[in-house]
Amino acid sequence: MAETQTAETRVPEYPGVRDGRCPFAPPAELLQQGKPLFRARIWDGSTPWIVTGHAAQREILSDPRVSVNEKLPGFPYPTQAMAETVDHRPLTIFNADGADHVRIRRMMTAPFTRNRMEKLRPAIQQFTEELIDRMLAGPKPADLVTALSLPLPSLMICELLGVPYTDHDFFQEHATVAVKRDATAEESLAGMQALGGYLTQLLEKKLTEPENDVLSDFAARVKAGELELPDATLLAMVLLIAGHETSANMITLGTAALLENPDQLELLRTTEDPAVVANAVEELLRYLTIPHLGQRRIALEDIEIAGETIRAGDGIIVSLPAGNWDPEAFPEPDRLDLTRAARHHHAFAWGAHQCLGQQLARIELQVVYRTLYRRVPTLRLAVGRDELEFKGDSLAYGVYELPVTW
Amino acid sequence: MKIVVDEEKCVAAGQCVVAAPDVFDQRDEDGIVVLLDENPPPRLAGDVRQAAAVCPALAISIED
Ligand code: SF4
Repeated sequence: MAETQTAETRVPEYPGVRDGRCPFAPPAELLQQGKPLFRARIWDGSTPWIVTGHAAQREILSDPRVSVNEKLPGFPYPTQAMAETVDHRPLTIFNADGADHVRIRRMMTAPFTRNRMEKLRPAIQQFTEELIDRMLAGPKPADLVTALSLPLPSLMICELLGVPYTDHDFFQEHATVAVKRDATAEESLAGMQALGGYLTQLLEKKLTEPENDVLSDFAARVKAGELELPDATLLAMVLLIAGHETSANMITLGTAALLENPDQLELLRTTEDPAVVANAVEELLRYLTIPHLGQRRIALEDIEIAGETIRAGDGIIVSLPAGNWDPEAFPEPDRLDLTRAARHHHAFAWGAHQCLGQQLARIELQVVYRTLYRRVPTLRLAVGRDELEFKGDSLAYGVYELPVTW
Repeated sequence: MKIVVDEEKCVAAGQCVVAAPDVFDQRDEDGIVVLLDENPPPRLAGDVRQAAAVCPALAISIED
C-alpha cells in the first residue's frame, strides 16, 4: 500500500492474497495485525471485523448474539453474486440460527454419525485402491485431482445419498459453478436450478422405489408429511455440493504439502499405528485449512471481546486459516508437524455450525494418506512447484491440478 | 468425575465419540450424543476432558 494514504484508508484488505512463496500460509497481513480481531475492507468497500485469534474465534462462533442470518443489513457477503442472490436463497443449515438451525440440522445428521462413517471405511479403502490401480495403469504423469482427489469423495457422497455416480459429470459441473467465487448471479442461480431439478426427480423416484440411502430417507419424510419436496431437494443439494470439493482439495493440497516435507511424509508412510495417521490428518487439516473465505456472521447485540466492542449490526468474518496459525494455540504454526496435538483446530469451524460431514472427511483422508504414499513410494511432482496454480477464487482453497509421476 | 451432556445443544458433530469412544456414543436416528458412562474410571479422564474441549457446541460439562 502507498505510504501517502491517510490513517483512515489504511485498513487492511480482506481476504488478501496468499504469498506465492508459501501458498500454504494464510495471507501475511492477517497474521501480523498483533491483535485477535480488527477491521478490514472487503470487496464491497465495507469494513467488517476480521477475527483471527483462535480463542476469540471460539468465543464468537459459540456466542448466541452472533448470527448467520444473511438477510440482515450489514451482513458481510463473500462475493457479489452471493449478495445479489440473497433473496433467492431459502433457509438452510448455513443461514439459519437457533431453533430453525437445530431443526434443519437434525434432519441431516443421522447418516453422518461416527459409527456409520466407520462402517464406510472398507468401501472407502476399496475405492481408493481401485482409483490408485487405475492411475498406476494409465499414462505418466497423471493429474492427482482427476485420478483420485475428486472421484473418491464424489463416489462416497453419491453412495451415501443414493445418487448415481454415472451422472457425476453433470452435477459436478453445476456444483462447481454454484460455489465459484467469480460466478455471476445468473450463473450460480442457473447452476442451482439445474441441480435442484435433477435432485427433485431423483427424490420423486425414491418416493416409490426407496433404497437404503439418504435421499430415500428424505423421501420417506416427505411421504410422512414432515418435509416438503422442495425442502428435501435443498437438503440434498447442500450435502451434494458440500461433499464434493472440500475433501478433494484436502487430498490434493495435503499431498502437495507432504511432498515438500519428506520427513513428515516418511512418518505417515512408515507408521502402522492408526492413531498416528489420525493425528497426522488433524495436523494437515490445521495447516491447510481450506475454507479460506472466512465464516460470515453478523452481531445481533453489542459484544465486548478482547478489548474491542463489536456493535449490533456489525459484520464479522472469522478467518479459520488465521485461527489455525495462531501461535498461542499452535506454537510454530508454520511448521507442519504431524505429531503435534492439533485436534482443537478450526478447519471444520467451531460452534453449532461446525461441519456436518467432518467424520466422513476424516476417514477419507486417513485412508487416502495412509494408502497412496505406501502404494506409490516414489510419488513426486511432475512439474516445478512454481507451476502449480492455486485456487484463490473458490470457496475451498486448493490447486487446480497436481501433476504427479512415480 | 461426573459428566453432564446437554442434548439440546448437541449438533451431532461426533467429536466426543472420536475422543472418548468408551464414554460417548451417538443416537442412530439423529446423531445426538449418548452418554454411556456418567462416572467414567479415572484412566479415561484425559479422553473425556478432550471430548469436552473439542465439542463445538459446548454440550459436555464435567463436574469434578
Ligand atoms: S461433540 Fe458435542 S456436538 Fe458433537 S456429538 Fe458430541 S456432544 Fe454432540
